[in-house]
Amino acid sequence: MSAPILRVVGKASLALGLPVALLAAWWIASAGSANFYFPPLQTIAQTFVEVWVSPRIFDDVVPSLGRLAAGYFGAVALGLVIGIPIGLSRTLRNMLEPVLEFLRAIPPPALVPILILFAGIGDTMKTLVIVSGCIWPVLLNTVEGVRGRDEVLEDVVRCYRIGRLARLWHFVIPSASPQMFTGMRQALSIGIILMVISEMFAASNGLGFAIIQFERSFAVAEMWTGIIMLGLIGILLSQIFRLVERRMLGWYHGLRQSQRVGG
Amino acid sequence: MSADNSASTSAAATLDVVGLRKVYAGVGRTVEAIRDLTFTVNTGELVCIVGPSGAGKTTLLKCIAGLLPPSGGKVMLDGEPVSGPPPAMAVVFQEYGRSLFPWMTVRQNIELPLKQKHLPAARRQQLVGDALAAVDLADAHAAYPWQLSGGMQQRVAIARAVAYEPHVLLMDEPFAAVDAQTRADLEDLIRLLWHRLKVTVLFVTHDIDEAVYLGERVLILSHAPTEVLEDVTIDLPDARSQLETRSLPRFGELRKHVYAQIQLAKQGWRPPAERKA
Repeated sequence: MSAPILRVVGKASLALGLPVALLAAWWIASAGSANFYFPPLQTIAQTFVEVWVSPRIFDDVVPSLGRLAAGYFGAVALGLVIGIPIGLSRTLRNMLEPVLEFLRAIPPPALVPILILFAGIGDTMKTLVIVSGCIWPVLLNTVEGVRGRDEVLEDVVRCYRIGRLARLWHFVIPSASPQMFTGMRQALSIGIILMVISEMFAASNGLGFAIIQFERSFAVAEMWTGIIMLGLIGILLSQIFRLVERRMLGWYHGLRQSQRVGG
Repeated sequence: MSADNSASTSAAATLDVVGLRKVYAGVGRTVEAIRDLTFTVNTGELVCIVGPSGAGKTTLLKCIAGLLPPSGGKVMLDGEPVSGPPPAMAVVFQEYGRSLFPWMTVRQNIELPLKQKHLPAARRQQLVGDALAAVDLADAHAAYPWQLSGGMQQRVAIARAVAYEPHVLLMDEPFAAVDAQTRADLEDLIRLLWHRLKVTVLFVTHDIDEAVYLGERVLILSHAPTEVLEDVTIDLPDARSQLETRSLPRFGELRKHVYAQIQLAKQGWRPPAERKA
């Protein structure tokens, strides 16, 4: 009875070992620190509870996550809707490839001043900044995924006279889904970065705004707690993503595993 | 002439290939894969096509299936020219590992084409159940293809073709990638299904023994650019078994004859140009 439990404990200690060691090192090294910019971790931890276990969660974290969600899901939707037809049509690919390469090469933060002109400094601008960065990995991976669909299966689809809609839904999209998820995973980390950056430009709330505020008012411990909060959100979101991916791509992981076993 | 799939009367169709020609136009060079192929597969017949490797067997099959447009000549199913995949035709491909949808269960794989035919749910249920029982996989409904062995995956592909109720069944070297033991079982399965369903079967293979064992007729193809070298009638008893049929003297003779023809084909021999079949 203890073998599986031991294995779980073993795995957990392997995964948690380094973070715990790093935190301990930080704790010891910063204990009693008189440096204004590097307060003791103990102080930061206490401040974390004061700062974030408060209405600030709703004032700063929730708006940030709302913009991230709007921008991220908007980018995913756009990336899929634009990417699938491009992946299906060689003509469309040849026509659009240079334009897409150019657009992708523009760092999204550089768009902020332009977007402020068009969309003001509100949530629309911040959402658009996130969209403009997140869309590329989704779009380009979707194009590649759709393009790389299996030609034998394509013949199967044709020979059994599978209709257009069913072909899209039962063949094209599932074929491309592993690559789509790769794109969406990359987009998620880009989205978090852009969420913070867009809030540092012009904002009245949000995590990025809070961190900048703390910094400007020399509330250094508070500033550190904001950064830690960002890290925690990042971990949480990527765990949720993994969970969703495991569910949706169960067949893919099974297939990969069977290929590895079968040689 | 409507090719409607009537409820359960297993109809078969006649397949005519007339002067079929296929040329691949590449950059700077064109490849003549099929020069001139003419043959007929009669209603309810099981015909094997055998040829040396590189004889354009897969190209031929794709042209017949309406997956590739021929460069000349035509393919006719019950007198109707084939211009795209016809409704009454099913194909079993060589690459079993790539011809089933890995994101669908066995049942879903077989049911998808039936849904496209707008069959009611109860009828689909019945067809899927019958087809899986016929290939001896009645307990694999909920499995994913990648959870099955190669031979079982090819059985699922055969079940999908059977459930589709085709009038013509095309098979493109379906057993080339399974082990010998499984292969013998699958060959018997094909004979069994052919007897039961009474469909027209065109079976492409590079294996001479397999062609002689399975077919009523064997068409021997030349080296590319492809023509029919010979149309051999297999006058073996209808009830075939791996053990007995294969040890018949007649089996040995036929095998030897086909083998000799294939050797000639490999050396580039082809029939006199004037001769018309």
